[in-house]
Amino acid sequence: MSFSVLGTGRCLPERVVTNEELSALVDTTDAWIRQRVGVTQRRVCVTETATDLAYGAAESALEMSGVRPEELDLILCATITPEDLSPSMACAVQARLGARCPAMDLSAACSGFLYALETAAAFFARGTVEKVLVIGAERLSRVVDWADRSTCIIFGDGAGAMVLGRGEGYLASRLNAWGGDAALKIPAFAGASPFYEGPALAPYIRMNGQETFKFAVGALASDIEAVIAAAGLEKEDVDWVIPHQANLRILDAAARKTGIPFEKFARNIERCGNTSAASVPILADELNRDGRLKYGDLVVLAGFGGGLTSGACLIRWGA
Amino acid sequence: MVFEKIAKLLAGHFNIDESAVTPETTFESLGIDSLDTVELVMQLEEELGMELELDRKLETVGELTRFIESKLTEK
Repeated sequence: MSFSVLGTGRCLPERVVTNEELSALVDTTDAWIRQRVGVTQRRVCVTETATDLAYGAAESALEMSGVRPEELDLILCATITPEDLSPSMACAVQARLGARCPAMDLSAACSGFLYALETAAAFFARGTVEKVLVIGAERLSRVVDWADRSTCIIFGDGAGAMVLGRGEGYLASRLNAWGGDAALKIPAFAGASPFYEGPALAPYIRMNGQETFKFAVGALASDIEAVIAAAGLEKEDVDWVIPHQANLRILDAAARKTGIPFEKFARNIERCGNTSAASVPILADELNRDGRLKYGDLVVLAGFGGGLTSGACLIRWGA
Repeated sequence: MVFEKIAKLLAGHFNIDESAVTPETTFESLGIDSLDTVELVMQLEEELGMELELDRKLETVGELTRFIESKLTEK
């Protein structure tokens, strides 16, 4: 007994930032960004907070599911950019929704939503929940170094959510971690303790592009194959792969590596950029609402990123 | 042997005429950037069954060939 997805939702900030705009900020070009990363534009918060986005996505998912906030038994929020360390983003959303259940954040970077789904599955297996709200929400623009042309072109802001109920849809899953900060690191706010003697690092994204690319392609391909095999299925049975939108080239390479046609890899990175934990649920909502996801479809969700972490699952949509 | 393997991978993956590839051919001229070369090296790792720590910039097919050959003799 696992869960069924009852509703999906997403919420993006209003402000669109184009590649042209960024080429006025740092030494880059639209052509280079599109070729190298696959991004044409991204959404960036001007007045919205990450909590606003999380709440917006949650409301949208709850509306689709027909579940009332009071019915929720758990709120999980996957994020690396909560507005506050405390209260958690999940608690802030709980208050806004008028829900009364336990709430906590989960930090697994771009694998966050996959880690959160597995965590929800564990709660369902425990038998203590009937309805769970899972959110992936980020305001990455807050931790981007806008003077670093190698990273500021990639990331965007946004949130996605799913409402889960008891069901049989979650067929297989896999989570991984290879702890280390060489490829990807975002230091926390250093503070000003008069006693601490360690280094004070600036709280912005540092990423080794090529190392991350290599890790990502390997992890994504491996996880996709693993969850398909764990469910006793073949790659031809898969209708959609909804992968974390880190870089279009990663999806391209993973399609080649797995032999799953590139057309089955859903993407919106052109319009949204890399929104870390939010990217998978945002894309899932897009496919769900525009009718590309159908009842009975076999869908692989996959994330990979900082930690280093990766995670994937196979869901039978509507089951 | 290594050169032939690389030329074959380039032909298969990036739709390039195998016979047009020489050791002097630059990756840039083939429309291949550094992310493509990372993917190429990953494929070679799989075929050769070994880790290849890519620690330098490789501009030509010949440079990649010599890099791999040196790793093979190290083994």
